[in-house]
Amino acid sequence: MAHNHNAEPVGAACKPPVTPHTPASTAITSLTALQLAAKLQARELTVAQALDAYYAVIEELEPKYNCYIHLCREHAYARAADIQPRIDAGEIRSALAGVPIAVKDLICTKGIPTTCASRMLADFIPPYDATVIEKINAADMIVLGKTNMDEFAMGSTTETSYFGPTRNPRDPAHVPGGSSGGSAAALAAMEAPIALGTDTGGSIRQPSAYCGVTGLKPTYGAVSRYGAVAYASSLDQIGPMGRDAADCAALFEIIAGQDPRDSTSMAPPAAFDADAALAKGVKGLRIGLPEAYFGEGLQPEAARAVLAAREVFVSLGAEAESFALPMTEYAVPTYYIIACAEACSNLSRYDGIKYGHSAEAANTLRETYILSRGEGFGMEVKRRIMLGNFVLSSGYFDAYYKKALQAKRMIQQAFAGAFEKYDLILGPVTPACAPKAGESLADPLKMYLSDIYTVMVNLAGLPAISLPCGTNARGLPIGLQLIGRPFEEGTLFAAARAYQTGAFA
Amino acid sequence: MRYETVIGLEVHTELATKSKIFCGCATKFGGAPNTQVCPVCSGMPGTLPVLNRAVVDCAIRAGLALNCEITRNNKFDRKNYFYPDLPKAYQVSQLYAPICTDGWLEVAAEDGGTKRVSIREIHMEEDAGKLVHDDWEDASLADYNRCGTALLEIVTQPDFRAASEVVDYIEKLKAILEYTGVSDCKMQEGSLRADINLSVRPVGAKELGTRTEMKNINSLRAIARAIEAETARQIELIEDGGRVVQETRRWDDSAGESCSMRAKEDAQDYRYFPEPDLPPIEITDAQIAEIRASLPELPQAKRRRYMEELGLPEYDTGILTGSVYLMRLFEETCAACGDPKEAANWIMGEVLGQLKLTQTLPENMIFAPASLGKLILLLRGNVINRGTAKKVFQKVFAENVDPEQYVKEHNLALMTDGGAIRSALEGVLAANEKSVNEYRGGKAQAFQYLIGQGMRALRGQAPAQEVTRLLKELLDD
Repeated sequence: MAHNHNAEPVGAACKPPVTPHTPASTAITSLTALQLAAKLQARELTVAQALDAYYAVIEELEPKYNCYIHLCREHAYARAADIQPRIDAGEIRSALAGVPIAVKDLICTKGIPTTCASRMLADFIPPYDATVIEKINAADMIVLGKTNMDEFAMGSTTETSYFGPTRNPRDPAHVPGGSSGGSAAALAAMEAPIALGTDTGGSIRQPSAYCGVTGLKPTYGAVSRYGAVAYASSLDQIGPMGRDAADCAALFEIIAGQDPRDSTSMAPPAAFDADAALAKGVKGLRIGLPEAYFGEGLQPEAARAVLAAREVFVSLGAEAESFALPMTEYAVPTYYIIACAEACSNLSRYDGIKYGHSAEAANTLRETYILSRGEGFGMEVKRRIMLGNFVLSSGYFDAYYKKALQAKRMIQQAFAGAFEKYDLILGPVTPACAPKAGESLADPLKMYLSDIYTVMVNLAGLPAISLPCGTNARGLPIGLQLIGRPFEEGTLFAAARAYQTGAFA
Repeated sequence: MRYETVIGLEVHTELATKSKIFCGCATKFGGAPNTQVCPVCSGMPGTLPVLNRAVVDCAIRAGLALNCEITRNNKFDRKNYFYPDLPKAYQVSQLYAPICTDGWLEVAAEDGGTKRVSIREIHMEEDAGKLVHDDWEDASLADYNRCGTALLEIVTQPDFRAASEVVDYIEKLKAILEYTGVSDCKMQEGSLRADINLSVRPVGAKELGTRTEMKNINSLRAIARAIEAETARQIELIEDGGRVVQETRRWDDSAGESCSMRAKEDAQDYRYFPEPDLPPIEITDAQIAEIRASLPELPQAKRRRYMEELGLPEYDTGILTGSVYLMRLFEETCAACGDPKEAANWIMGEVLGQLKLTQTLPENMIFAPASLGKLILLLRGNVINRGTAKKVFQKVFAENVDPEQYVKEHNLALMTDGGAIRSALEGVLAANEKSVNEYRGGKAQAFQYLIGQGMRALRGQAPAQEVTRLLKELLDD
């Protein structure tokens, strides 16, 4: 392994988790995933010892943070027993062999509950593994547990979960972001070395920013969606979340690739190679900063941190300039129309007949539908189902859905134009740091508007990485977003790596 | 006042593909409930569809055979509605870009001529499951075996004016789909079913009347009856001063009447939108050319050829080409015996007779198609006579016996020993002196009587021609 692990991940510069751990466990859980893998390969540690350490920390911190919905200890130790002899024999199946991983609870795991944080699927145990789970299993990684999230990935705070909210380990009074808040918080709390999330409108990048970790939203089609319970099919992507870019790159290498079971997955022009990508650096890269991303609404502290990051890249040999990115003002409405339209259809199957909660009190078919869905779904999910049905209704379809598809195409063109001039687009992930718990759900529109910098990336199908670039006055992390051309995740990792090893070197 | 009936048709046909449209499950009919399902076709959370390309090929074959334009850039759409037989609560179909458009099919018009029925579009879609009512438990049970079976929906313009035209269209359509291998069209298994859109208007009127729709009718007889009944109902309603309401009606074939299912105001809003899980499918000119080149001779062309080249009567060619199963039997029989006229006569006579007698559909015939040809050869070679041949055919039809073997095993072959026949006939002449004298006295009927006696003595096992020849020889001595 050629990775250089001398530098601390930037997230570590943030306020550390409040509760002290037992020293033995901490020594293990404070390692990055690649560092842990190296120790396992060197046989300084066993896989079971790694699991012991993580489960000890989890046990200690879960009452406080609630990162997980379900832990699968038995499964994990059985896997460890299977994997250990291979490691002992020097049969190393991947850069992350033996490393435990936290998985967002909408990615199907055979025999392990997959609830989507909804009462609707509280009892759902998939009979099959998602493609990414097959891949991480083949890479000899081990699922530690299933992480909390906003119900059906709808939300930006991990407060809409049927299993209670997750707290931000950087400050438990604040939300961890969402919808992959459980995965981000588990990383920040050292309850997992690495994690899988999904990103439909920012659900990997925004919680990564709020929790001070690194997360990649891959190019649409780069990672198979087979087995990820759909929220908005044309926007959803599974991606890696880790303590730094190197970990994310290693996990992305494992999960990426075309899948015959997902017709929207695509073969990249060249197979992704984490080591090669990370070694590239940023010298000569042309970086564009969309003016609209730095306008009104962006908190001055966040703006300062992101612009400081720009200077780091310039000092590392990149060129940077501002430019006008059209269509930014249409991003949020376009996103919510398309996402809700697809969601209302995707979530129709939870009707109390074949899948999902079935209301006991129902006497007729109609009651089965109405009561089961009424009881099974939470407020935010219902809101988006209604919005989606509205925009698809006859008489409104042309005015809303069709227009949104046109806007989506124009957003794609706007980015395509920008990428003729720039190799990377740099901006903030969110307008502000993690809000206080309970503040967001009271004003959903405000919550939707805070997705302004992330949703365009999903609409355009582009890859983007979120990485910590400092903290605000209260010690809450600030996120930096880098957006790349389709299938140029390598450039994102190279830049993120250069920043994380160079910025504070 | 005289009225004109205006009918448009939507025919759903299950494709003959071995696996379903979006997964690898088998499509075989009649499996135990819920044994032909997987996470994909049962709509398991997180699963995704993968298009079976054989379905696209089938759709193109159907489109080309029905003179359609083929859409080069195909897309799928979702049709959203709740029903327990639809586990995803949406059906993947094609609304905005159906794979075939603007085709036609020539049918026999009611006035005796022919007419072209315009085919508006053909689109691909997935079938739903089936609900089975359990009276004992007073519950409905869902069988998802059929879920995800590939369907084509073939939609016409409102070009029909009578039930007979609709029936002829469906028969011709069925034959084309069978010939091209698109569908096996087994109506009683639901693999071909029709929705009928019907309105009436005064003869000569330009505007269409208000239409009703009758869904999922799956026999030709029921279709004809439903059309007659709905026409009568609408005319009576108008004559009585009422108005036809736009609605969906359910045809109850046993009662011979339809009843209202739901009015237009209650019509579902299907909230169609492009299926995001399936990227567009590009169809190339080369692909279309390849499929066009692989199309078999279609019923219409075959029929013309049978008349012109084989000299068969028009009526017979209609029957012989109307079912792919009869057509194949005819062609294999011709190939085996080299006598198209005799082959056609046997099919028009004995085969149709047995089908009718045993209430069997041509697709359910069990005998090896080569058997009929063999039988004709036995007859032509004077190995058996016509009466025996007909009896043997019944065995062939019912039990798929091999005619040659059967004739041998049951000793049915005609006598070939001329000396034995001659001596048997000599015995007959000696025993019937009176008739011999009558014949010699010029009474022709006496000869027929003697032949009868001769055949009887030979137990029918001598070739009739030989018996006639020898008898004449003996009498004229």
